[in-house]
Amino acid sequence: MIRWLAGLIGFGLVATQACAADPVTIGVGYLGVAGTRSTLSLVEQPAENDGVAGAKLAIEDNNTTGKFLNQRFTLEERRIKESEDPVQAATALAEHNSFIVTDLPPDALLKVADALRDRGTLLFNAGAIDERLREADCRANVIHTAPTRSMLADALGQYLVWKQWKRWLLVVGSHDEDKLFADALRRTATRFGAKIVQERTFEDKGGARRSDSGVTLIQRQMPVFTQQAPAYDVLVAADESEVFGAYLPYRTWDPRPVAGSAGLVPRSWDAAQDQWGAIQMQNRFIKLNSRRMTALDMQVWTAVRMIGEATSRTNSGDIRKVTDFIKGPDFSIAAFKGTRLTVRDWNLQLRQPILLVDGRMVVSVSPQEGFLHQVSELDTLGYDRPESKCKLK
Amino acid sequence: MKTWMLRVWRVGLLSGLALAAAPAHAFIAYVSNEKGNTVSVIDTESWTVTKTIKVGQRPRGIEFTRDGKFVMVAVGDDDTIQVIDAKTQAVVDTLPSGPDPELFTQDAAGKVLYVANENDNTVTVIDLEKRARLGDIQVGVEPEGMTISPDGKTLINTSETTNMAHFIDTSSRQIVANVLVDARPRFAEFKHDASELWISSEIGGTVSVIDPVKHEVIGKVTFEIPGLRREAIQPVGIGMTKDDKTAFVALGPANRIAVVDTATRKVTKYLLVGQRVWHMAFTPNEKYLLTTNGVSNDVSVIDVGAQKVIKTIQVGELPWGITIAP
Repeated sequence: MIRWLAGLIGFGLVATQACAADPVTIGVGYLGVAGTRSTLSLVEQPAENDGVAGAKLAIEDNNTTGKFLNQRFTLEERRIKESEDPVQAATALAEHNSFIVTDLPPDALLKVADALRDRGTLLFNAGAIDERLREADCRANVIHTAPTRSMLADALGQYLVWKQWKRWLLVVGSHDEDKLFADALRRTATRFGAKIVQERTFEDKGGARRSDSGVTLIQRQMPVFTQQAPAYDVLVAADESEVFGAYLPYRTWDPRPVAGSAGLVPRSWDAAQDQWGAIQMQNRFIKLNSRRMTALDMQVWTAVRMIGEATSRTNSGDIRKVTDFIKGPDFSIAAFKGTRLTVRDWNLQLRQPILLVDGRMVVSVSPQEGFLHQVSELDTLGYDRPESKCKLK
Repeated sequence: MKTWMLRVWRVGLLSGLALAAAPAHAFIAYVSNEKGNTVSVIDTESWTVTKTIKVGQRPRGIEFTRDGKFVMVAVGDDDTIQVIDAKTQAVVDTLPSGPDPELFTQDAAGKVLYVANENDNTVTVIDLEKRARLGDIQVGVEPEGMTISPDGKTLINTSETTNMAHFIDTSSRQIVANVLVDARPRFAEFKHDASELWISSEIGGTVSVIDPVKHEVIGKVTFEIPGLRREAIQPVGIGMTKDDKTAFVALGPANRIAVVDTATRKVTKYLLVGQRVWHMAFTPNEKYLLTTNGVSNDVSVIDVGAQKVIKTIQVGELPWGITIAP
């Protein structure tokens, strides 16, 4: 109290911008899907504003910088239901916003990208981790801040190999995304010298994720499901659909660690990340949104900060200039991961370290020491330039 | 006990007496250990740690008061700055900083302290004599580096996410200019003749040289170490010799100190020190330069004349800042 009074009586020290001209307004749109998916773990259930909360913080951060440059950032949010046309929603957003950050399924994103191509709107894919959006289906007007499945799988694989856990029991869910993640994990095993000793499929029979006597049944099912496996070091689960992964830790027949979709999980961000100045970012986020920051929040924050970084470096809100700068060789962004993040010019994917987390702590950060690369060690994660099928257009 | 020390600390500041803090050739260095929550005291004659002082949570920025009688250390997670009596080597007082103080600087008279508060985008102004908070200055996102111009008229603050050096008039306490630099600017250092301001950018990997009158970047120091990837070169601390001819730049996880010829702005030598080198301090006779090496938990001693690392001293966990008695 006294401290505050002293501050008030003493000085009114608020820096003001002397510039009289109207600020340059830079509109950022956010296009996501309404509703949230159901997770096995109640604590991992995403909030309603998952993702867009990151945009709100980045807009604040950009505006703090913007007041020194006479730039003002605005956010327009739009959530569509499954029945709604994403193109219509995106076109409406593009009326007032040169930049749109999306959290859309791959097909919807591609429709939007093609519809807005001639308009010059720049899209940021913050949600979809699908490889094909950066490979055969890549687009010249889509920058990807979400990591890909292969980046996530490689980040995990490097650590498991470093740990000498090279014999994997791979358990794959029965949904398409689960199979795609399993594809990425198989590729990783081949690249880094791990061996998949056996593969098992966990069929989704459509059970409820919540039940009053759930644990009893799970405790009987999981040991049985994992018994009689060949000798292995770690169980790797591919369960993006949240059907069984989180049931595996502590319940495998053999006492083995679990990784992949449960146990040790690769993510672009985690609420426990506190290195490289991240604690300030986490504090800012909690203060603004009254909850902890998720990977999707971070992917969206990074996209909006990239826009802010490019507008301040070019001192311009001009979409052409800003787009060229982000795609150019001089662009980099700081995102509390201990290194600058840059854009892969062959497919517009943001290079980034991947955290390996257990739900409470950051266990490690990949790329791991010793995985070398002639251009950037971050390119040891995911498909590299020589393998790429992307032709930007 | 505490009241007595408190009085001494205030009297010490008010009196302004020039006190010989140490004999001619032995100096005392104080090192903040970020993870250990301690401050290591190093004797530069024996090059040994003579005392380890327990301080608050997450000590980082550390500096002697101008009269050499006290050491101020920012303990960020306790939202305060603690004051260590250099004589008794014990914490005797705290200063009312804003939340999460990291780095700070004082005016030439040692009467006003300016603190960067990372958590709320402000610089807090503190009257050192009265221990009172005078006010706050709104700056960019995550203020960090702090320095004051040799004439005392301009305060420089760098903000890590806004990527700017803010020029603040110390009398009006208003921002007069903002200069964009490379990503994550962490440390600011003036040449002693005030002709140039050097700002290190940790993620950008460069040091920007700014004309403090025109408020323009007039040059950049870049670094290249064979066999080391570019991302590992992360400049943080800067030390400038009194003749302004040589600058030393700590390169973080590159584990090296770059020796820079300030006339050509080119690196003439890289000195291998410990892992993740953060900050540095010269001995007052400028014979030695001490660097804090975060990950290897030690301090490297550089012979400034010979430009050679001559010694390594183990300190506490994750050493961060360093200050040497004037």
